[in-house]
Amino acid sequence: MSLVIAEEIGKNYQVGEVVIPALRGVSFEIDPSSFVSFIGPSGSGKTTLLNLIGCLDTPTTGRLTVAGADVGKLDRRQGAIFRGANIGFIFQDFNLLPVLTVYENIEYPLLMVQKVASGDRRKRVSALLEAVGMADQKDKYPDQISGGQKQRVAVARALVTNPKLVLADEPTANLDHQTAYMVLDLMKKMRNEFKTTFIFSTHDQKIVGEAEIIYMLEDGELKGKEIKGGKNNG
Amino acid sequence: MANLFKIAIRNLLRYKRRTLLTASLIMVGVVFVLVFVSVTGSFKNLMIGQITDSMIGHLQVHRKGFVASIETLPLNLNLKGGAIGKLETILNAQPEIETYSPRVKFGGMFSNFTETSSIRLTAIYPEKEFKTVPLLPERVTDGSKDLQTGGILIPELLSRGMKVNPGDAVVIVATNADGSVNGKQFTVTGVMESATGPGGRDGYIHMDDARELLRMDGRQVSEYAVRLKNFDDLAGFSKKLDGLFEKELNQQGKPLFEVHTWDQLSPFANIARMIDVMSLFIKLMLIAIVLISIMNVMIMAVYERIREIGTIAAIGTQPGKILNMFVVEGFCLGIAGALIGNVVGIALVVILNLLKLTYNFGRQEIVLRADIYPFDILVITATVIIVSVIASLQPAFKASRMEPINALRHV
Repeated sequence: MSLVIAEEIGKNYQVGEVVIPALRGVSFEIDPSSFVSFIGPSGSGKTTLLNLIGCLDTPTTGRLTVAGADVGKLDRRQGAIFRGANIGFIFQDFNLLPVLTVYENIEYPLLMVQKVASGDRRKRVSALLEAVGMADQKDKYPDQISGGQKQRVAVARALVTNPKLVLADEPTANLDHQTAYMVLDLMKKMRNEFKTTFIFSTHDQKIVGEAEIIYMLEDGELKGKEIKGGKNNG
Repeated sequence: MANLFKIAIRNLLRYKRRTLLTASLIMVGVVFVLVFVSVTGSFKNLMIGQITDSMIGHLQVHRKGFVASIETLPLNLNLKGGAIGKLETILNAQPEIETYSPRVKFGGMFSNFTETSSIRLTAIYPEKEFKTVPLLPERVTDGSKDLQTGGILIPELLSRGMKVNPGDAVVIVATNADGSVNGKQFTVTGVMESATGPGGRDGYIHMDDARELLRMDGRQVSEYAVRLKNFDDLAGFSKKLDGLFEKELNQQGKPLFEVHTWDQLSPFANIARMIDVMSLFIKLMLIAIVLISIMNVMIMAVYERIREIGTIAAIGTQPGKILNMFVVEGFCLGIAGALIGNVVGIALVVILNLLKLTYNFGRQEIVLRADIYPFDILVITATVIIVSVIASLQPAFKASRMEPINALRHV
């Protein structure tokens, strides 16, 4: 069964008296363990679509099902619970909490969202620290590490709860070429290891080149789909 | 919960200068209230102690109607025979009472054989009186404190004005209840200052002399001054006595006795009330300081951390937990201000006590002894903490209600 099912979803924003359509009748399905990228120019609706899939917003029209839940029917509290259980987020600006160390940032969702027992928590955080190569930096604060390292921590934080789905909005936009590839490799490795679905919004050709399925968006409409390879080609 | 505190403390330390300024403001408020409450509280207690222990007693019992006519000191409203027996039986049965002293109060003329002036006299049994108002002997500034029959303790005003000193002979002339005028010669035992400042015309003689001077048949008492074992029981015990006296009726079926606590008899009770009102206003100022400073800091904290709020909300932190994060932050700020304020406040009070500052109450020079009561510290600390939490609620609620999508877009 598909992990994400979008059926003719639309999203309008009201600016004053003007209604601006950000998405118009978009339909697609994403299978578990996919490495998918939504591409398109600025204003094409990529971020809006990711926000809808991430249950941060609700569609104006159509129906969006994520991990079996109808996103449009979740209230604020249910949305938070659903995101905490099923979705990981990787942000363009990393969005690490500055008062927490690398270790504590990764631990945060287990501690404050899922309330995982300390032994299990330690095991999972340590495993991910090793996996993203940040074990030796675990006691540093975000302002003491580089941008690439921050994004690796963000990847670990997104994966620590074993989510079904990780959403990444322009995850390499603030990284240099080499670091961006390193982070992409890491995400693919994580996908292979944890069978997590990764969905990106980007116009970064590096990601486009690495994605297995590419959806092209333009003016809020889905203009095409390109399937580039199998699920384990990383 | 420990993690909420950890995050809150780190966030507070993140803006060290702002946190320090806010905590300092709260600290100054707490210090001010603590010192004010302890100094004024001590002054109030000293004042009440002076009035009750050197003059009035904790409460007084009179024949009904006596206090209303107290300016004329009416001898016809004295308690007599059976009423005295009834009253003493009741008083003796009360475990709350430490001791009591019967008095006869009357007005008379004071003469040194060349000049005459008016005087208000209180006839007492010295032993009982000094147990009931133990600071009374300390008011004797010249001569002996030991009042025997034939002796009189005279007010300083008359001693100075009429040049009468201890050992001198004087005559007291008084009108008794029947209207006949009687006189008796006394020897001045001592000169006493007024409890409430210059100008008092109150003197003391022995009860046996009053009986002779006023030609009383049998025992008569104008008032009973009562001292309780525990002053804090005053209000409750006064009510209890009122209840007991309701059953004691005169021949006309009207109440025989009436009870008055010290504050109903002394105008200085108004000063005590004023001190309480001032303390209340000072506490209200503290509440305002804490409320405004914490609310200001928390509003700033929420505004500055909108993207962080969006991030933690996006990754699944529930609104209630976000609310708790900010409330705990305000709570920690309040605790820090209150604790430092208490420590500094206590230190200041100790220093004040070491300085041995003096002030006058009536004619007495009193050394300032500010006491800090654990209850006051508890109330002030609890007030600061509760107000801190209340002040944090609005910004915290705002943070918890933020839409993550809007918060993440915030620049």
